[in-house]
Amino acid sequence: MSLPEPSSSGRFGEFGGRYVPETLVPACQELEAAFREAWADQSFRDELDGLLADYAGRPSPITECHRLSAELGVRVLLKREDLNHTGSHKINNVLGQALLAKRMGKTRLVAETGAGQHGVASATAAALMGMECKVFMGEVDMERQALNVFRMRLLGAEVVPAMSGSRTLKDAVNEAMRDWVATVENTHYCLGSVMGPHPYPWMVREFHTVIGKESREQCAKLLDNEIPDVVTACVGGGSNAIGIFSGFADTTAELVGVEPAGGAAVGRGVPGVVHGMKSYLMQDEFGQVQEAHSISAGLDYPGVGPEHSHLSSIGRARYEQVTDDEVIAAFQLLSRTEGIIPALEPAHALAWISRDRAKLAGKTVLLNMSGRGDKDVGQMMEILG
Amino acid sequence: MTPTLAEEGLTIPDAPSEPGEFERSLRATRESGRKLLVAYVTGGLHDEWPDVVRAVADAGADAIEIGIPFSDPVMDGPIIQEASELALRDGASPVTVLDTLRTIDAGVPLAVMTYYNLAFHMGHERFASLMYEAGVRAAILPDLPLEEVGPWATAADPAGIETVMLAAPTAPDERLPRVVARSRGFVYAVGLLGVTGERDALAESSLVIARRLKAITDKPVLVGVGVSNGQQAAEVSQVADGCVIGSALMRRVVEGEGPAGAGAFIAEVRAALDES
Repeated sequence: MSLPEPSSSGRFGEFGGRYVPETLVPACQELEAAFREAWADQSFRDELDGLLADYAGRPSPITECHRLSAELGVRVLLKREDLNHTGSHKINNVLGQALLAKRMGKTRLVAETGAGQHGVASATAAALMGMECKVFMGEVDMERQALNVFRMRLLGAEVVPAMSGSRTLKDAVNEAMRDWVATVENTHYCLGSVMGPHPYPWMVREFHTVIGKESREQCAKLLDNEIPDVVTACVGGGSNAIGIFSGFADTTAELVGVEPAGGAAVGRGVPGVVHGMKSYLMQDEFGQVQEAHSISAGLDYPGVGPEHSHLSSIGRARYEQVTDDEVIAAFQLLSRTEGIIPALEPAHALAWISRDRAKLAGKTVLLNMSGRGDKDVGQMMEILG
Repeated sequence: MTPTLAEEGLTIPDAPSEPGEFERSLRATRESGRKLLVAYVTGGLHDEWPDVVRAVADAGADAIEIGIPFSDPVMDGPIIQEASELALRDGASPVTVLDTLRTIDAGVPLAVMTYYNLAFHMGHERFASLMYEAGVRAAILPDLPLEEVGPWATAADPAGIETVMLAAPTAPDERLPRVVARSRGFVYAVGLLGVTGERDALAESSLVIARRLKAITDKPVLVGVGVSNGQQAAEVSQVADGCVIGSALMRRVVEGEGPAGAGAFIAEVRAALDES
């Protein structure tokens, strides 16, 4: 793998760690040991690969966007994670964690969700493997993403509103952690991004490296053994971004994460500690965590995975910000030019390409199309009238 | 090569070999034959909070934990979440709470209970010295477990702030002694698997963890999380040296019972402990 393992304390440079209540320390240690052992076990890998192929539909293709490229003057390739079962990249991580949880003898999954994609994926994996599943979702997000709430319930999961604080993803994480503190003996916390306490940022990355690995091989064929000039993805917690970056970290490709302007932890945050990790975090002058504001429930998060903070601080990746209006325009642009309705999250990455198209002129850009837009159509119908 | 803990600046210093002011006070009270009662009060909740602190001290609390409200209190249940949110809305910050604390002469030792980011953000040395200047002698940071406590303890120990470690029911036998060794002030025994909040009955796990801790340390062992009334306090203190009461007290404050109601409740718990 081209991205290194974190240190023994779970750090990527100065970021990461394991800042959890004492009750959860043994559980995190057990999880780390179980993951390390499973990840080195070919039979576990084979079982997961089988599920990814036969259940999730991998490999996902790369689509070359001819009409979009002509319009922007930038050659745009999309890694089609939107075509996976459940409609996003989230399934890669969830199948891995659910298999691991079963292997550890856990019978119950608890998860947080923002836009609902991770919640739907968790509920799906729980249904597939016959496990109980409880998903915490901010009350605000339950309204924005009512369809996904219905999906999760249809899949047999219990969906519980997070009513505290900003009532979005940040608070759903708090509630999931509180649940886990109380249920740790039979429950696995199926965390949905490359964040949280060690080993989550590393483990979730590893489950998503399949995106980068496939992309690298597919690009080699498509680009005659060249690599793309730029690899880009949206960043909330940053799981889809780290997945695709992992395939190109050892190349000359420029890695660009795109954050929402209202939730730009790397762009506007300073180092802080919340949700078990040290990372860039939007906070006030005293260290209180600020509420994020984004059109996209999936990116409405004031923190970011610690490895992104590290990649930014060492200059291996850079992080751009786009506004909600730019995202709305990109959402329409891709729909109109390619017949692909993107989720609002990856529309952030496209919004950046579109805004910076003059600088990117003539370059080849690989964009991780992390999810499809079905879940956002209702919200966009209201916005666009 | 993966760096060592020392290279990462995470070396955990040994705890001070002698008890500090806070622990000495609790030990003296214990030696007088009295069970220890620590009350938790959310700092900055309504203008009356200094009176709540004085009232619970007068009612027989042996020490008081002042909660500095944090935006994301993951170890807390609904009552302390609400108290924290209300206090933050009233403009509470580490600076306002500690500034006010200087003016409160409670007459009992004070600890601060808050989340690590507030200390990290302000800077360990500055946070520790501000606490000390405000009369605080101990700190409880529930999201700072043993493995991460090094940088904080390195600043807090010489500043005269005793760092109280939490000991949870999930800790294996080999872990508990290490947690206990690093703890000063007292050892905070987490009574159950779960977050702070009232429970109908005392969890069996609180007696188990208290027993496990009493078997390996002579530092004061206090059970917190899920100790909800005088009867439960007395029950758990049959094994432990005492207990911490938080949510049951703060519910009364949130519901508007004021300093008088808070004092009356603590007096009730005190009486139950003294009779047991």
